[in-house]
Amino acid sequence: MPANVARQLNPVRWLGGPMLLCALATLVLTAPIRVGGLQLPEPVFALVPAFAWAMIRPSILPPFALLLLGLYMDVLWGGPTGLWPACLLAAYAPVLLLRNILAGQSFIIMWVWYAAACALAFGFGAYLLVLDSGAMPSLVAVGWQFLVTAALYPLAHTLIERYEDADVRFR
Amino acid sequence: MSLRDGPFGTVKVPLTWTAAVALIVAVVAALAFLLGDRRETLRASAYDQVRRAADTVTKPVGEGLSAPVRWVGGIGDYIGSYIDAAGENRRLRIQVAQDNQWRDEALRLREENARYRALMGVKTDPPIPMVFARTLTDARGPFSNTRLADAGSDKGVIEGNPVLAEHGLVGRVTGVAPGVSRIMLLTDTESRTPVMVARTNARAILTGDGGPTPKLAYLRSHDPLVEGDRVTTSGDGGVYPRGLPVGVVVKDLDGGWRVALDSDASPIDFVQILLFHDFSQLISKAQLEPKTLPTAMTEEPTTAMPVPPPVKPPPSSAAATAAPKTTGTGPASQPSAKTPAKPASKPGELRPAAAKPGAAKPAAAKPEAAARADRARQGTSLKPVADAARKPVAEGAHKPTPKPAVPAHKPAPRPPKPAPDQEAAPF
Repeated sequence: MPANVARQLNPVRWLGGPMLLCALATLVLTAPIRVGGLQLPEPVFALVPAFAWAMIRPSILPPFALLLLGLYMDVLWGGPTGLWPACLLAAYAPVLLLRNILAGQSFIIMWVWYAAACALAFGFGAYLLVLDSGAMPSLVAVGWQFLVTAALYPLAHTLIERYEDADVRFR
Repeated sequence: MSLRDGPFGTVKVPLTWTAAVALIVAVVAALAFLLGDRRETLRASAYDQVRRAADTVTKPVGEGLSAPVRWVGGIGDYIGSYIDAAGENRRLRIQVAQDNQWRDEALRLREENARYRALMGVKTDPPIPMVFARTLTDARGPFSNTRLADAGSDKGVIEGNPVLAEHGLVGRVTGVAPGVSRIMLLTDTESRTPVMVARTNARAILTGDGGPTPKLAYLRSHDPLVEGDRVTTSGDGGVYPRGLPVGVVVKDLDGGWRVALDSDASPIDFVQILLFHDFSQLISKAQLEPKTLPTAMTEEPTTAMPVPPPVKPPPSSAAATAAPKTTGTGPASQPSAKTPAKPASKPGELRPAAAKPGAAKPAAAKPEAAARADRARQGTSLKPVADAARKPVAEGAHKPTPKPAVPAHKPAPRPPKPAPDQEAAPF
C-alpha cells in the first residue's frame, strides 16, 4: 500500500474540524434561550469527539485537543478549571484501550458503548466535584445532562464512519 | 541532516504507547488545573487573568447570541398579545379588583408599621447602591451554574456582590472584568449561602447541587419547618445583607428540606447587582466618628462639687452621737470630710419605717391575720418593705446590712423599742 494513503488523515480535518464545531455548538447553547418557558438542555458536545477520536485511531494529539476543549468549557461555563478536561479524558482513555473490541460492532451496540463512556465521564465529574467542593451534585441534573449528551451518538457515528478507514494501519 | 537520516531514523516508537503517554500527560495537566482552582473563594486572585480575558471576549459574543433570542421572544410576545387580548383583558380586570384589596391592606399596614417604627425607634437600613445588568450567557449544567452579566469593575462591581433578579436573590459575583462579571447562581454546586427561616429565625446554609432547588443544610431550629415557610438571607458571615428574599421551603423526596427559589418565577434576563461590601455600609459614617468629649475637669473635689452650708451643731451632747445623713444616695459609712455631719438630734430619722411608731400605727391597729391576708392579696411581704425601708441606708454598700447603717466609729443611737403589737406591721 502506498504511504500517501496512510497519511490521508489530516489532523486539521479529523481533529481541528470537530473541535471547532464543538466549541461553536457549546457557545451557541450558552445563550439564555427559553422555549415555552423552559430552558434548553445543555449537552456536552465534546464527548462526541472524545469517543470518536479514540475509535478512529490512537494518536498523540487527541488527549491535548480534549484538554483544550475541556478548559474552554470550564472557562465558558464558569466551572472549576480542569474538571471537564478530566471528564473528557476519563471517557477517552477506556475507549482507546478497548477500541479493538469495540471496532466493527453494530450501530446500536456502539451507541450503548458511547452511553457507557458518557456515564463514566459524568460519574468521574461528580466524584471529582465531591472531592473538590464537598458537595454531591444533583443526580437528576446529572442524569438529565447525561441523557441529552447520550442522544448525540449519531454525530459520533458520522465522525467515525468518515475517518475510520482513512488510515488502514488501524483498521 | 534530518532526523530520519540520523541514528534514530530507524527507531519506530509504537503509536499506541505514545498515545498512552500523551494521555497520561494530559490527565496530569487536567488534575493540576483542578487542584489549583479556587473558584469558591472570594479572593480576586482566584479569578485569574485568563478567565477575565475569556469573559471579556465572551461578552460581545454572548450579546450577539442573546440578541436574536430577545428579538424572537419580543416578536412572539407581540403576536401573542394580539391573539390573547380579550382573555387577557378579562384576567386583568379580575386582577385589578383583587389588587385593590391588597392596596388597601398595604396602606393600612404601612401606616401601622410607621407607628411601630416610631414607637420602637427603629431606623430602616439605608438603601444599598446597585447596578442593573443584563445576563448574556447561561451555564446550566450539573457541575456549574453561572451567568455572565454585562456590568463589571468599571461600574464598581467587585467579587462577592449579591445579585438579585426581579423576584429574589440569584447568587453572587465570583469574578469581574471591565464591562463583564461572572455570577455564581445559588444552584451552583459550590454555592453556600447563610439563610434563615422568616417564621422561626432558624438558621441554615443553602447548598447548591446543580438542581433547580438547593438544599437546606446545617438546619438549626427547635421548631419544625413547614412547607411554604419563607427563606431569606440571614446576613451571617457578612457576604449578603440580611433579609434578601430567597424562596420558600419545600420538602424533598428523601425527607430533607429544599428551597424553591423566588428568582425562578421569571426569566433571569435582567439582574440587579448590589454594591454591598460589608455591614459598615449600613451604618451612618457620622455615628462611627469618635465623639468629642467635654474637657475633663481636674479641680479639687472641694471646689468642683457644691458644698452645702455647714450646719452648726447644737451645743448639746447629741453632737457626740452624730450620724450621717441617711437620705442621701452615698454610702452611709462614708461621711463627707468637709461636710459636718448633721447631728442626729432626732433618733427617729435613722430608724426603719417599721420601727417608726407613728408610721406603724395604722397597720398595727389591724389584727395579725387581717394584715397577713392583706399582704397575700397585695402580693407583698414584710421583708421587701423592710428592705425598702433600709435601702437609703444600705445603698452603695457592698453588702446589705440588716441594721440601719451608722458610722462604724460611732455607736448608733438605740431606737426606742416598739410596742409588741407593732413589730410585724408592714407599715
